[in-house]
Amino acid sequence: MSSTTVIELANDITNAFAEITRIGPSMLPLRQAGLDRFKRSGFPTTNEEDWRFTSLKPFTEIPFEIMTDSGEQLLDQAILDEIAFSQHDTDNLVFIDGHFSDQLSQISDQPEGVTVSNLASAFDIIDNKIGLLSGKDENPLIALNDAFFTDGAWIHIPANHSLSKPVHLVFLSTAKKDGQASHSRNLIIAESNAKGTIIESHISLGHAAASTNVVTESQLEDGSNLEHIKLQDQSPQSIHLASLHSNLGKEARYAFHSFALGAQLSRNNLRMNLAKPGIDCMLNGLYMTRGSQLADHHMIVNHAAPHCDSHEYFNGILYDQSRGVFHGRILVQPEAQKTDAKQTNKNLILSEEATVNTKPQLEIYADDVKCTHGATIGELDKDAIFYLRARGLDTKAAQQMLMHGFTGEIVDRIQHNAIREELNELVWSRLENEHNLN
Amino acid sequence: MLEIKNLKARIEEKEILKGINLSVNNGEVHAIMGPNGSGKSTLASVLAGREGYDITDGEVFLRGNDILELSPEERAREGVFLAFQYPVEIPGVNSTYFLRSAVNQVRKHRGEEELDAMNFLKLVKAKMKELELAEEFLKRPVNAGFSGGEKKRNEILQMTMLNPSLAVLDETDSGLDIDALRIVADGVNRIKNQNNAQIVITHYQRLLDYIVPDFVHVLYDGRIIKSGDKTLAHDLEEKGYDWLIKNA
Ligand SMILES: Nc1ncnc2c1ncn2[C@@H]1O[C@H](COP(=O)(O)OP(=O)(O)O)[C@@H](O)[C@H]1O
Ligand SMILES: [Mg+2]
Repeated sequence: MSSTTVIELANDITNAFAEITRIGPSMLPLRQAGLDRFKRSGFPTTNEEDWRFTSLKPFTEIPFEIMTDSGEQLLDQAILDEIAFSQHDTDNLVFIDGHFSDQLSQISDQPEGVTVSNLASAFDIIDNKIGLLSGKDENPLIALNDAFFTDGAWIHIPANHSLSKPVHLVFLSTAKKDGQASHSRNLIIAESNAKGTIIESHISLGHAAASTNVVTESQLEDGSNLEHIKLQDQSPQSIHLASLHSNLGKEARYAFHSFALGAQLSRNNLRMNLAKPGIDCMLNGLYMTRGSQLADHHMIVNHAAPHCDSHEYFNGILYDQSRGVFHGRILVQPEAQKTDAKQTNKNLILSEEATVNTKPQLEIYADDVKCTHGATIGELDKDAIFYLRARGLDTKAAQQMLMHGFTGEIVDRIQHNAIREELNELVWSRLENEHNLN
Repeated sequence: MLEIKNLKARIEEKEILKGINLSVNNGEVHAIMGPNGSGKSTLASVLAGREGYDITDGEVFLRGNDILELSPEERAREGVFLAFQYPVEIPGVNSTYFLRSAVNQVRKHRGEEELDAMNFLKLVKAKMKELELAEEFLKRPVNAGFSGGEKKRNEILQMTMLNPSLAVLDETDSGLDIDALRIVADGVNRIKNQNNAQIVITHYQRLLDYIVPDFVHVLYDGRIIKSGDKTLAHDLEEKGYDWLIKNA
């Protein structure tokens, strides 16, 4: 059984902390600093600008328990065969409630020098690298993660190397009790001209109001090229809190795709630092919510060097009383001339009660830049439906085609063919089955 | 083929069509001309079944069947095709997927075999060549980012693929240069036969040099105020509409 330690929020997390600190003693200074910071700040509230539209109350009002152990024993391989991407040839790192499962993971012949492993097995080598990119962020959830993270992925691609196949990070939650919390931590380093594809899946097996708090740091050095696909498909009771901190070197290319399909409440903080010239950074996302779900993407793209492109494309489909939040802050520093920053957020609202808060925020301190943003919130385009019907498609087929197109705009940006196809099918079957399109 | 009797339509309480009578036989081409705001696009939309119009009077028969009660898709399957004055951009919807779905819907309705991906591609590529449309259009979303001329040629491509019995072309020539105009006109002339008919809405006589109409009608303020043969288009080109409007 999972052993858990009951704690009151920001109150008595001491026992759990003592237990966690046994994982990797070299992490103690980071953990202690995180704990202290969290104790000072507590959870963010809607009084703070960055959390105005997203209340953590569903999470903070229930008893909080750190999952100091893994529910691995409850699982067998068959479960893994059912999850998305399992039929593809990938290397898999499987984490259960934040704990690495050696048994369920599978890492094959990656090229010499490439590391694909769990973070805890490498604490002694990389302890000085954890927190380098996330450390300055004030977000209390990072402090909480610093204090309590158990494990996560450690991917290191040396200069001029490529991952021989995509690496699939599988985060499974077995939580059975409301308030159970797991904390994961990923570190990805792509050295100069390194290449790779990483998939990150978050899935829950139970139906408890349990939380996942994941922090990912990715360092992309000069000329590296990373495609990172995140699928958050947790149970509709779950709380999913994530933050990605990336630092990009000269001419690096980073394509990050976020598919937020599950969870009661999901929040993705994306913090991209475009440190050197010639970078191409794309943040591409789709959220589909129903019931009382809330999906929030909150990003800050910092253009700190000239001649960089950043593109943010987020589409949302919202049913019932669900909510979508998009906050896109683009910061163009004085030295970042010839910046090309583009941001679009389109929302398809399929119920009168669904709402979207979309907030672009451009702060431009350079004069020779191209920055555009656009947001739409609306129903399916009536003119488009008539156009399709005038070509012989019935109303339902026309609606389906438009919705498929709407999700396809996002899915089609995935470069990896097999992954794109699988996500296309997954998104589409979700629309058909869960939303009764057929 | 088509029989319009005393058709009256309103939009938001405003009467736009004030009693249209028009009869189109198999194998005929009819041109409809008239100043902006006369109701030409409204007539085209009402024929295609767009919602939002109040049909207050009149009847429309297609091959003897009243079509006013039919949905837009039923009319399309029965062989009505509207080439839109402003084709709609549909981001994310792949052109091939769209066109094949449309073609197969219509074929199914006609009791014809549906086209598989291979045969469809063969057919569509041949037609695209005739219309001088690059094959890469098939990979792009429907009309998204197309130039004005490309959109119009795409309408003609769809018409060609759907092979309608009644095609209504709403200002398909507007904004086209002379080469594109000829391509579009050739496209219309190629589908023309003794079992179908075309209604061509235009402002310009020059299109009618390529698509030669059997009849020319002037629509003004919701009514056809004058009908004639192709020489009427030349008169209009020379004298404008004023002389007709004054008499109307
Ligand atoms: N959706 C609408 N709502 C209100 N008035 C409209 C609408 N569409 C067209 N009209 C009006 O109907 C008249 C005819 O328009 P239209 O059929 O587009 O003319 P044409 O195609 O001959 O230029 C115009 O006065 C126009 O303003
Ligand atoms: Mg018009």
